[in-house]
Amino acid sequence: MNGILPYPLLSLALLVLWLLLNQSVSAGHVILGSVIAVLASWVMAALRPEKPRIRRPGAALRLTGMVLVDILRSNLAVGRIIVRSREPGVNAGFMTIPLDIRSRQGLAVLSIIITSTPGTIWVSYDAAKGTLLLHVLDLIDETVWIRTIKGRYERLLMEIFD
Amino acid sequence: MTALEDLPAWTAFFVSLCVLLGAAVTLIGSLGLLRLGNFYARVHAPTLGATLGMGSILLGSAFYFSVLETRPVVHEILIAAFVTLTTPVTLMLLARAALYRDRTEGSTDVPAAEMAEDLIPPG
Repeated sequence: MNGILPYPLLSLALLVLWLLLNQSVSAGHVILGSVIAVLASWVMAALRPEKPRIRRPGAALRLTGMVLVDILRSNLAVGRIIVRSREPGVNAGFMTIPLDIRSRQGLAVLSIIITSTPGTIWVSYDAAKGTLLLHVLDLIDETVWIRTIKGRYERLLMEIFD
Repeated sequence: MTALEDLPAWTAFFVSLCVLLGAAVTLIGSLGLLRLGNFYARVHAPTLGATLGMGSILLGSAFYFSVLETRPVVHEILIAAFVTLTTPVTLMLLARAALYRDRTEGSTDVPAAEMAEDLIPPG
């Protein structure tokens, strides 16, 4: 995997991005996009990031579907709080969750999942202790949130990245 | 608008439904910004517009242009991907800045910094 294509997935993603932006699959754009994708992956290689390994693409797909459904459900839940509740945000609060996942890519994906789901925000992660500080809009039962984040997302992310 | 006349009725209906739903969800999010009690609770509200609101407006847009140009127009996916990747950065930055300010002011409403590093920025 060294040499011309140090990051094949990144190069492929950049090529797809180029073709989508130009809305064309003509030979000229495929060649130009490929050149840009390969050059960009060399730049990435010069930065020497820790190389992510995606172990189980099936689990990644399952996670994507689960997150989409959860985002839809949280949208409804947060919308209901804003519109219906007499005093919205009265149950909001901070909570900490101990995390077992250590992979940097896994943590990055988890932070995007948690923050883009309405109702939860990733505030800070303590790498030494492995604990995560969250802010939750509807914090009635902490165990529900711990079960959601550890059981639904963290387990799958650890299968994918660790 | 001559383009609208070429559009079949059911497409127009579906596209309007998507755009109206997206607009309504985004409006509820903005309403939340107004109604919620403190800064940390308010940060949650705009995510409605950045997820379901954005999603259904983009779906409407992709559908409209796909029918109009009779070929799949899917570069809206790029907007969705980039908004999803960048919004959390802003929200996290805002929440952490507020937390840092509250901790420096010695507020008791926020969890205390467990380590000195949390309070004193490095460098």
